[in-house]
Amino acid sequence: MVHIQSIRKRVSIVFSSYLPMVPFLMFALFPFYYMVITALKKDQELYNLKAAPFWISEGLTGSHYSYLITETPYLTWFTNTVIVAVLTTLISVIIGIMAAHSLARLKFRGVDTFAVAIFITYLVPPTLLFLPLSQVVNKLGLSDSIWSLVVTYPTFLVPFSTWLLLGYFKTIPKEIEECAMIDGCSRFQTLIRIVLPAAVPGIICALLFAFTISWNEFLYSLSFISPTENKTLTVGVVAELIRGDVYYWGSLMAGAVLGSLPIVIIYVFFMDYFVSGLTAGAIK
Amino acid sequence: MGNATGTTSLRAFLEREAFFGYVLILPAMVLLTGLVAYPFLTAINLSLSDTFIGSKGNFIGLGNFVNLMKSDIFRQTFQNSILFTVSAVAVKTVLGISLALLLNKKVRFKKFFRGAVLLPWVIPTVLSTLAWWWMFDSLYSVVNWTLVHLGICKEGPSWLSNPYLAMFVVVLVNIWRGLPFYAICILAGLVSIPEDLYEAAKTDGAGAWARFRHITLPMIRPVLAVVILFSTIFTLSDFNIVFVLTRGGPMNMTHLFGTLTYSVGITGGKIGEGAAISLFLFPFLLTVVYMQLRMTKREEF
Repeated sequence: MVHIQSIRKRVSIVFSSYLPMVPFLMFALFPFYYMVITALKKDQELYNLKAAPFWISEGLTGSHYSYLITETPYLTWFTNTVIVAVLTTLISVIIGIMAAHSLARLKFRGVDTFAVAIFITYLVPPTLLFLPLSQVVNKLGLSDSIWSLVVTYPTFLVPFSTWLLLGYFKTIPKEIEECAMIDGCSRFQTLIRIVLPAAVPGIICALLFAFTISWNEFLYSLSFISPTENKTLTVGVVAELIRGDVYYWGSLMAGAVLGSLPIVIIYVFFMDYFVSGLTAGAIK
Repeated sequence: MGNATGTTSLRAFLEREAFFGYVLILPAMVLLTGLVAYPFLTAINLSLSDTFIGSKGNFIGLGNFVNLMKSDIFRQTFQNSILFTVSAVAVKTVLGISLALLLNKKVRFKKFFRGAVLLPWVIPTVLSTLAWWWMFDSLYSVVNWTLVHLGICKEGPSWLSNPYLAMFVVVLVNIWRGLPFYAICILAGLVSIPEDLYEAAKTDGAGAWARFRHITLPMIRPVLAVVILFSTIFTLSDFNIVFVLTRGGPMNMTHLFGTLTYSVGITGGKIGEGAAISLFLFPFLLTVVYMQLRMTKREEF
């Protein structure tokens, strides 16, 4: 009897907990699955209206990837994106650490106003500012170069990392900082030797998020840069891989897969940081 | 001697809390003044002029705004933006709560589920939107293949050239992209609800719906409010999804403020008019900021 009851309980858990997850998982994952198999399918199967589109039945091909690497500036775009993402991440997180420490710990006139200013810019969408920013970038003589992005990406990365780090810095007990200062550390030394080591998880989180947001950025890059060889990956794929004829889907999807891969790899290793960073943005 | 006291007093000055505070905040403020506040003022200035690309414009007062109000395309865009935002936010709220409740259950592979569900939020939006574009392709759509083979219709519709279906698709992709943010944030709210509240309600004979209605919902209300506020501004200012899928078409039926700004200001070169369009986002932004600040204030007291 006990046995039957436990089976019944298990069945009910499957129905109430696992089964309802299935549509959500399919919704979330199918586009990626479809992206990956499209990039590996031969053209003859890809454009055969009779073939079932859900799997690969006529063998794999690497031709879409090799076309991408050899016939398009894909690797140039990839390199540009790496340079921009690494530089803007480092710049923004350093500025963010400084600002967050200042807002979390130090008392000075106007500190609340600064906090509100950073919060407002955190919510300012890039869509609101890209047009005047393109004028500013032009005046600075940076149009059409990746430096226009190195200068402008921090405008959304700095408020984000400051806001994220502010939460972490507030959780560090004030006493350990005070002890260090009584022991003769200057304020700067205290920040470097005491606060930073204690905030490592927060800093990793800020680095990961800044890198991801920077890697994924599209609008500024689309608006500020027109020469093909200076484009970043997202813009290059969308603006240049779509050819005149119809049969470009294989290489387009290959470009999407390769462009997502660095982020997926980082994500797999640091998933917990992404979860905590995402919630820290909305919940303090 | 004098020199020594000089250095100590300099050092003491550098060690003053306020001085160090200003030094640390300075780079952030310089950046935000130069590249957020200044461009914002430039936007206002441009919106009051007839600036065309490569030429210095003249001041025309509110001319751009008056013309926009009379323009059919702009009125359509305004309508699209509201429809897009309201429907996407509503669906994301309902599905987000459901998904968070599922993720909160004590099951195996919890980490895998959470990881899979969050993925659409992490991957570059324009790249994943390309996959959606391919899924709704006019000729090779996998969605239509499925509909036809399930016998639901003889020939699938061409999704992105029908104005209403195109709007449906851009909303769908926005939901797909934004749902993880809702689910994960609401989940964080659910985790913090003490278990004994539910135990007490159960002993009092409260059913599942009553427990959800009277415990879960009130407890996640603060999180939900923040998520909806943030998401409203991010959804309203969406650009990537519409740009990749429809570029605002067919017949301007999916244009949002962002894509119309781009097509008028960058493609069309009418920078003054473009700036005026983008500024329509500002009142919405201001409302969200105001409500958010009022909520945090209330929590503090």
